[in-house]
Amino acid sequence: MSLSCKQASQLLSQSLDRRLAWQERLALRLHLFICKYCLRFSQQLNTLRVALHKARANIENDTNISLSSETKARIAKSIES
Amino acid sequence: MTTANAHDWLNEHSDYLYRFALARLRDPHQAEDVVQETFIAAIKNPNFAKQSSPRTWLTGILKHKIIDVMRKSVREVAASDLMSDEDANMDEFFDEQGRWTEKPQAWDIPENALEQKQFLGALQVCMDKLPKKLATLFMLRDVQETDNEEICKELNISTTNAWVMLYRARMSIRKCLEINWLTN
Repeated sequence: MSLSCKQASQLLSQSLDRRLAWQERLALRLHLFICKYCLRFSQQLNTLRVALHKARANIENDTNISLSSETKARIAKSIES
Repeated sequence: MTTANAHDWLNEHSDYLYRFALARLRDPHQAEDVVQETFIAAIKNPNFAKQSSPRTWLTGILKHKIIDVMRKSVREVAASDLMSDEDANMDEFFDEQGRWTEKPQAWDIPENALEQKQFLGALQVCMDKLPKKLATLFMLRDVQETDNEEICKELNISTTNAWVMLYRARMSIRKCLEINWLTN
């Protein structure tokens, strides 16, 4: 099975969402071996994923980010009534 | 859960819950709202499971509230928008032989803090440009890292449908990043 770039890009995206069949993985590997653009695309998907993960962790761990005291007061009030 | 309990928990956990929500929703107002709803739901529910810590329990409630927000934003999408997603052709990215019309460029991986900040800034701009439904799905899957099956169940879409939409979202964001980030 020989892939076009369009098919390769679809499989690369899907590989983030499901486990590809071995035939698909093989075809993809062969394509990436000869196509530098799809290889770049694959690396870009990875960069994107790493950046998103990092951004999420940054916010979660940033103790400078907190609820304002007004919001806390509002929530406190809402659980009293 | 008693009111006194609730106030202790508010002091102890609300900032943590807020950051958890903000990291996933990216919208401070929405994040505040889901934290508030979480405490309201918590105080109504006397069945606090003793085996879990309050923080784990509250986070569990918060996760559901976040999913509710995402579900609502998908429901608000016009029917016409829903229709176009699935058969949207990808011809803007590939020619008839399935070759890239615009070849992906080599990216420098953002290494230092400033580069990362610029990259994330450009990424946010690109996410904001996505159609609402694609943006929601992208947020659920790639930002929140929600399980694929759960997404399909919650949004009532097929897995194939989800793959197609996620593909479209990633392709659009990638292209947008080449324009907005690489050229800067």
